[in-house]
Amino acid sequence: MSSTTASAAAPPAGPKAADAGAASMPVNPRSAKRRRTLAQWGFIAPAVIFMALFFGYPLVRNVVMSFQDYSPSTFFTGEAPFNGLDNWNNVFSDGLFGKALWQTILFTIGSLAGQFCIGLALAVFFTRRFPLNGILRSLILLPWLVPMVVSGIVWRRIFDQDTGVLNSFLGTVGLPADTPWLTSTGMALVSVILVNIWIGIPFNMVILYGGLQEVPKELNEAAALDGASAWRTFRSVTLPMLKPVITVVLVLGFMSTVKILDLVLALTDGGPADSTQTLGTLTYQNSFVQMDFGAGAVVGNILILISAVFAVFYLRVNRNEGK
Amino acid sequence: MTEPSPDGLARRHRSRRIVLPLTVVSAVVAGTVLSGCGQQRDDDVYTVMNSSTDESYHRWDGDTLARCSKQLGITIEQQSVPAAQLMTKALRMASSKSLPDVLQLDASEMPTFAEAGGLIPLKDLGLTTTDIPEGIVDFGSFDGKYYGAARTVNTLALFYNKDTLDKAGLKVPTTWAEMQSTARKLTRGKQYGLALSAGGAEDGVFQFTPFMWSNGGDETKLDSPEVAGALDYWKALLKDGSLSKSTVNWTQADVNDQFMAGNAAMMINGPWQVETLNAKKGLNWGIARIPVPEAGDDSVGPLGGGVLTVPNTGDTERERTAAKIIGCMAGEQEQITYALNSWMVPANSKAAAVWRTKAPELAALAGQVSTARSRTAKVGAQWSSVSLALQSAFQSALTGESSEAALKRAQQQVTSGN
Repeated sequence: MSSTTASAAAPPAGPKAADAGAASMPVNPRSAKRRRTLAQWGFIAPAVIFMALFFGYPLVRNVVMSFQDYSPSTFFTGEAPFNGLDNWNNVFSDGLFGKALWQTILFTIGSLAGQFCIGLALAVFFTRRFPLNGILRSLILLPWLVPMVVSGIVWRRIFDQDTGVLNSFLGTVGLPADTPWLTSTGMALVSVILVNIWIGIPFNMVILYGGLQEVPKELNEAAALDGASAWRTFRSVTLPMLKPVITVVLVLGFMSTVKILDLVLALTDGGPADSTQTLGTLTYQNSFVQMDFGAGAVVGNILILISAVFAVFYLRVNRNEGK
Repeated sequence: MTEPSPDGLARRHRSRRIVLPLTVVSAVVAGTVLSGCGQQRDDDVYTVMNSSTDESYHRWDGDTLARCSKQLGITIEQQSVPAAQLMTKALRMASSKSLPDVLQLDASEMPTFAEAGGLIPLKDLGLTTTDIPEGIVDFGSFDGKYYGAARTVNTLALFYNKDTLDKAGLKVPTTWAEMQSTARKLTRGKQYGLALSAGGAEDGVFQFTPFMWSNGGDETKLDSPEVAGALDYWKALLKDGSLSKSTVNWTQADVNDQFMAGNAAMMINGPWQVETLNAKKGLNWGIARIPVPEAGDDSVGPLGGGVLTVPNTGDTERERTAAKIIGCMAGEQEQITYALNSWMVPANSKAAAVWRTKAPELAALAGQVSTARSRTAKVGAQWSSVSLALQSAFQSALTGESSEAALKRAQQQVTSGN
């Protein structure tokens, strides 16, 4: 900043002398306008270049790749012949795709519902004043700080059917102690969802807690004076006021949940018997285990498409809020 | 926006002064990003890329390379990448023409790289296969060409807790029936008779192969009665309670943890666990061949480990030197040193003979290696599809489906190319 002011104050020298000469003539509005437009683009340029390079290029590349026979030899020859819809047909005719899609839907809905409800309940709980409020609130943030893969590995141990802490705890309190958390095809997805809920609670709680702080206390008091019960106040005053925040939490939560990969790999590797495969793990498996990059790109594109639909939905809702 | 601002002059100057640097910054950023793609090769420095990211392995390889540098009069550098990322990293390097001079690949991944035209046959570069057993030559070959020189190989064996077996008065099992009854007898309380990995990744498939192969089964026909028989044997162990139900969720490292914690009396595992096993005080373990279906059958295990390859960089001169580096790294003495460090078996039969006298406690492993087979010898680069289909099949079978139905589906999956 200081350098700009300093140089602006300094007498124009060298090539700038010509500018000063031009300025002493009647100001040419067209060239001024052009410069200003140029300046505006100058500011936008880095962002545009950045977006095009790191978002646009991979995106377009991925779409193109899904129509190509992209194999390991492509890396040597640079040739990836177009094969029309072959990759798409292969992916859709593979029974695993339908299964993974269905499991992704279950996983996403289950995780979001769990994270949101518990997160909201905790957020409301922490709006009350009580001793140790701050400490407890920061303790609940812990799952957020732990890397996904670490959570996965730790929970895999906790869930171990015979030697895991969870079953042995259930045993000591007199509950059935041999729940096959991760080892039965029926239970594994539920367990993965439970872990993801555990991971997602802090995010939901923090954002919703922030939103609750914005709700004017007077409104609740007014509702109470009108004789509304606590539940009624919450439903008719707090929730509508929270709506924009809820949209943000759910849309962001959706996008990070639908692409889940690392957690599933660390917990179950997609097993047992593919019962926890999601679109994310399928992309990984196609691209980096089978080295069929075309098929991997197909599933990746589908994931992008799903997220894009929700992103548009999110933008629309936000625009309406603005009006 | 059309009307000139009151201080139009100053604004114009400032804006121009800002436009230029911003454009320069953008250009510089873009330039740096793009220039990262091309790398210059140093004439006297050769690189070996491997997956030795563990401190001990990295150090052993570093020592080997230092000795080879001296011997060949060049500088050899080591670049270690996590095993799971090595393949994709190497492919990326191939597309940016910056491949290392020597690339250590996992033997099961080598065919994929060779099929893509990424490797130079070692015999073309003057390396021979004298004194290397045929099984190990196959291990480093694809489509009849020898691409990868193994320094050492590993395989699976039966590890057992000597004290537990002695206390129960049981002998080390040699047949499937013996293993089943021994495991059942040793299953009590928190302790399972046997631990193995049937996880949904390559670990599980690796562990299934000795059962499949010893029973006469084959990866080219997953729906044969022999493969089903092997899977039924696993199912029987699980039904007896000799295997933990968590088996389908365990990696080989988990299996080792269970064994060390005393939760399993025997385990199927590989020699790479020996370092950890020896670190546990009071654990008295022994090692034996994996039991076979009937007495007298061959115990056929899977060969595992890395092979040293020369990537196709188009620079014949450097490729020849790379072959010399491999010749040094896989030389008899280096093999023995590496084998003794890492508890694996030297690939060269002369080196293996010396190693046997120095590590007698692992003799069972040397026997197992002599009959062991490479996973990719028959199906080559298709192995990854076979492996995925197989892991899905045995997991389905272990969690309730019939072995026949699960394997039939797996075979269809492989045939249809999905």
